[in-house]
Formats: sequence, C-alpha cells, structure tokens
Amino acid sequence: MDVRSQIAMVFHLDKCIGCHTCSIACKNIWTDRRGTEYMWWNNVETKPGTGYPTRWEDQNKYAGGWETSNGDLQLKSTSKRKVVFNIFHNPHMPTMDDYYEPWTYDYQHLFNAPEGSDQPTARPISMVTGEFINIESGPNWDDDLGGSPVYAENDPNLAGLTPEQRQQLFAVERLVFFYFPRICNHCSNPACVASCPSGALYKRGEDGIVLLDQKRCRGWRSCIAACPYKKVFFNWSTGKSEKCILCFPRVETGQAPACFHSCVGRIRYLGVLLYDASRIEEVAKLPDDQLVEGQRSMLLDPFDPAVIAGARANGVTESTIESAQKSPVYQFVKVWKIALPPHIEFRTLPMLFYVPPMSPVMSHMEEKTKEHNSEELFHDIEEARVPMKFLANLFGAGHEGKVRYALKKQKAVRWYRRALTVGDVDLAVALRMLTEADCTPEEADAIYKLTSLCSFDDRFVIPPAHREEAIQMFEDPLEHKQGAGFGFLSVPHRGM
Amino acid sequence: MNTTAANWDQILFVVLPYAVMFVFLLGTIMRYRKAPFTYSSLSSQFLENQQHFWGLVPFHYGIITVLSGHVIAFLIPRQVLLWNSRPLRLYVLEISALIFGLLTLVGLGGCITRRLTVSKIREVTSLLDWHVFALLLVQVASGVYVAVFHPWGSSWFASVLSPYLWSLVKFQPDLGYVAALPFAVKLHIASAYAIIGLAPFTRLVHVLVVPNPYLWRKPQVVRWYRPSRSTPGNS
Repeated sequence: MDVRSQIAMVFHLDKCIGCHTCSIACKNIWTDRRGTEYMWWNNVETKPGTGYPTRWEDQNKYAGGWETSNGDLQLKSTSKRKVVFNIFHNPHMPTMDDYYEPWTYDYQHLFNAPEGSDQPTARPISMVTGEFINIESGPNWDDDLGGSPVYAENDPNLAGLTPEQRQQLFAVERLVFFYFPRICNHCSNPACVASCPSGALYKRGEDGIVLLDQKRCRGWRSCIAACPYKKVFFNWSTGKSEKCILCFPRVETGQAPACFHSCVGRIRYLGVLLYDASRIEEVAKLPDDQLVEGQRSMLLDPFDPAVIAGARANGVTESTIESAQKSPVYQFVKVWKIALPPHIEFRTLPMLFYVPPMSPVMSHMEEKTKEHNSEELFHDIEEARVPMKFLANLFGAGHEGKVRYALKKQKAVRWYRRALTVGDVDLAVALRMLTEADCTPEEADAIYKLTSLCSFDDRFVIPPAHREEAIQMFEDPLEHKQGAGFGFLSVPHRGM
Repeated sequence: MNTTAANWDQILFVVLPYAVMFVFLLGTIMRYRKAPFTYSSLSSQFLENQQHFWGLVPFHYGIITVLSGHVIAFLIPRQVLLWNSRPLRLYVLEISALIFGLLTLVGLGGCITRRLTVSKIREVTSLLDWHVFALLLVQVASGVYVAVFHPWGSSWFASVLSPYLWSLVKFQPDLGYVAALPFAVKLHIASAYAIIGLAPFTRLVHVLVVPNPYLWRKPQVVRWYRPSRSTPGNS
C-alpha cells in the first residue's frame, strides 16, 4: 500500500444553475493575458451539447486518454515510438478553430464614426490578428441548447441511444438539458503528464494537483492531444502549454479555488482523499464495467488504522489525515456512492466526481392530473427525460448500474425529506424507498445536510499546506496582473 | 589568387567559424541558465493545421537526414569514400541525398509561404524569424544547387571538407582545402556559420532540447516539495 493524499472534488450537478460565475472568476484571475484569451480552464457546458472544444469527448477525433492493448496501458495519441514521428506535426491536436477565435469589439468606432444616416456599430475584431472577423463560434456557442440541431444532436454521449430516445430528447415539451461544469480533473493517472516529452507536466506529491512547469515546457503539444478532457491549453503567444492549477496559491493559504469560492449554486465540494497509489495501473487496466468500482476501491478509509499508519509512513501530515476524515468528497464518493467520475473509460482516473442530475422535477400524467407518485416508486428514474443511457455514457463508462444507484438514492432522500417536512408523502413509503435505495434515515439526513444546508466550511475542507516557506506566498499576485501571471518575475515573452 | 580574396577566405573560413562557435556555446548555455522559459519550439500548429503538415513534416525529415549525412561524412570520411568506391553505391547515395535536399527545400518553401499568407501565423512571426528563414533558404537552396551542379559531393566532402573541418577542430586551420572551392560551396559553408552564430538568439535552440529522456522515463512524473520522501513514485 502506497498511501497518498489528493485534493479531490465533487460537483453536484443537480444544484448547478449554469450561471458561469465560476468561469468568470477563473478567467479574471488566470487567463486574462495575451495568448490565453480563448482558454477557459473552467467552463460550463450544456448537455446534450458538443462542448468546448467542439466534440472533445470524441476520442476518434482527438485520441485522448488511455487504451488497453494486450494487457498493456497505452496512450491513445502517442506511444514512446510514435512521439518521435509526431513531434513535428501532432495529428490529433485541436486547433483554434475547434475552440473559437477570441474577439473584442471596435468600440472606438462608436465615438469616432462620422455623422451619417445609420447608427454606428462596433464590429468584432480578432484578438489574435486585430482584423475584423465574423464570429463563427464562442466558448458557449450551444449554451442552453442554442442551435441544438447542429450541436446537441452531435453530442458523443448520445451513442447507443435508440432513435426514439434521441427524438424525445428534443421533442417540444420534453426538451431537457443540464449543465456540466468542467475543470481539470487532476487525475491520478494523468494522460497529459505521461505524454509530455519534456517531463514538464507533473503531479504534486503532497496534494495531487497536476501542474505544468512552464520553464521546462518546449511546446511539443503532446499534452493538448493526450488529455481526453481537453483541459491542457496551448498559449499561442508564448508557445507553451497552460492548465488549471486548482488555484494552488489559494489552496495553500487555506482558501477555496476561485471557481469553488464563487459558485452561486454551492455545487462544489473540495476535500482530501487518501488513495493507494500502488494500485493505479492495475485499476486503470480494468474492463469498462469495473472501472467505477475499481477506482472507488482504490480510495482508502481515512479512519482505518492501517491506512493512517501507511499515510504517516509516506509523510502525509497529521493535519492532512484529519482533513481526509472530514472530507465531504469521501462521503459523496465512497460512503454514499452518489458521486461518479466523468468518462472513466478514458482511464485517467479523474479525481473530480459528479453527482448526476435528477432535474427536472419528475412527474407523470394520470387521467389529466399531474402525479408525482406511483406504485413503482422509482419509475420516473427509468422514464426520466434525460435517458439513463445518456448519463451512463457520461458517468458510468456506458454502464447504467452505478448511475441508477446514485439517482435512486437521491430520489429516496428527496421523498424522505418531503415526508418529514411537507408531510404529503407517507413516511412508510419514504422509508421503503430508502431501503430499496440502499440508504438509511441517518445517511439520508447526512446527504440532505451536506447538499442543502452546507456551510462554507462543510463544503471546503482544505488541509493546511505546510508550505510556509514557499516564497510565492509572499508575492503580490496583483503586481503581475494582465502581465506575467503568478510566479514569474518577468513578463513571459514569446521566444527571445 | 589575389590578396582580397585570400583575406576574405581567412575571415569567412577561419575567423568566422571560431567566432560563431564561441557565440553559439556561450549564447545557448547562458540562455538556458538565465532564461529557460524562452527555450521552446514556438509551435504555431494551434493556429493553422493544414499547411503546417505540408511544410513542417517534409522540412524536418529532410533537414534531419541531410544534416546527419554531413555529420557522418565529417566523422567517418574514410568509410564514406570506401562506400562510394562502387559507382552504383555512389549514385544511390547522391540521389537519395538530393531527394532529401529537395524535400527540405520544398518544406521550407511551404513554411515560408504559410508564414506569409496566414494572418494568424504572421502575428506570431518576429523579425528575427524572417532572418532565420532567409538564412535557411540560402543554406538549403545553395545546398541543392551544389548537389546538382557540383556532383559527387559525398566523395569530395569526405576528401576536402572533412580535413578542413578537422583542421579547425584541431586548432590548426588549413585553408588549402577550401580556397579552390566553387562559389556556391563557399556560400553554403559561410551561411552555415551564420546560422550557427545566430542560433542561440532564435527559435532554433529547440534543436538542443529534443526530448530524449522521454524514451526511457516512467510514464508518470511526481514532484515532492518535501525533500524527505522515502518511497519512490509508483506507476
């Protein structure tokens, strides 16, 4: 057993309102520089939809993540042999057209336009070339199903859905979507790290945050293609890659990352997970249907004396072990089993987990009245507007079991709480539902508390960093705003 | 031979090589130590993908092959001459060298066209980049010219230029080998020196940081902030 600690995350999709506050918080702090305008380390997608960059989940196009062949785990995009041939031209790399060309507007024209019979307009200008452009796509081009025949119907997660189910998804009055906020998953088997020819990408031993050493990056671009979530970005101006740093300067000082802190729906949870690093390879090789369970089994019980001893032996600090015991992420993922990794079939073993969405509130028509109950207690989960298969493609590597379990438990908790607080549901029925959903009243109360009444400190249990001596902490990030970013003492120019 | 020409030869083929090697070594080492951030391939594939393939790929395969040929002839001239002692083997070597030279030229042409025509790429092209392109064009074009109009270069490189280069390495510069060479060859040598001298200040330094450790390192990289860490990283 090789016990390591990881700062892990849970996003509760049922609570996400799609306001994009997280994206803006991140952009303002980290990606307001030249070359990063197009980057959204945090973005919020509408599902079904093609996302950002377009169809990022389609690994036939981008060859991201890992695959197993002859019992070996291999990167889809580059093997060690292939990297030699792909280094001049990476065949799977997305280009700016797959994201969007960043733009601003010619606002000056509104003031300087000569008097005429027409209202002056501010035409869009490319932030790359400074030329006038026609805006053809943006970071949220298909937000709220905008342009859905083109975008939503091309969602790779619709694979395996029957034509009927597909049609239903977009039928009037049955139309449905949910939001899918994404940041770097800080995976325990990161494909970006494994692909980097220069060894510039690395996972921090102490907290598992995946970072990119800009001084070692040579712009070979392997990481861009290798990350199946497309969360490593290429700074076209400096010629180096960049990625989400989980706001480590904030985390090290006990603050939640900006996107977590600013989350309006309070959907985000952050806490320590202890895991057995010696099992990473073995778990990443499991067949698709065993991956979710395999990853869960890799996560260790922070109360188990053997685990604590192993953690201590590996130099995990007492305060971190204590944080792991209070971790909301551990509850969601391991104890309650209602948070699931996104696309675990990419085999990077992401450390960001999602509670699959129940919304919209489910009901069915019975003799012209809306009914919220039926003999078959979980009928509406099977008949939900978002087909189970779609969620399973996102969160269960195509297998519905784990997703159904998470949804049933959420539904049971709702009914139980409704029986207690509103009283229009028979408590006996609610209790039966809890049993059927593998849940106890105590657990239901705990889930209710952590999802509905959670305070700031419940959601973010950040271990002290013990990096007191790190010089970066004493620098003023605002000094470098719109210039160098954090950590550089000079503005990073392109080339010399 | 008049004295002006001899003086020029002295400057271009004795002074210049030592000067550029000094600049190259000092420049690349200082830059690596003082400004590691600036070491990058400065790829622009992200901004334009199609022409990138048709320019970059032939150029790199071409230049790597041709350059290796030069290095081999420099290192083992005797064996090269031995290989060339049979006409058929000489023809094979010469023709393949020419093909790779043309591949380089075509690729370079593609790269330059791409830089000129794609507005996004122009945005990330500096004045220094244009100097690099101009020098490379002179270098590759003169190389192809030499290959066509002064044939059997693989043989006379081994017997004329290898001794000259070795005389430089041994700090006993011997101009006797070079003085009589045709203009195109002299141009090719001088522009090579110019490229070496300019390299430390340009994007060409990416050649020095080709990722060889990747081929034998473990897939995952873990960095510990804490110095005292007992067990090494897994997987």
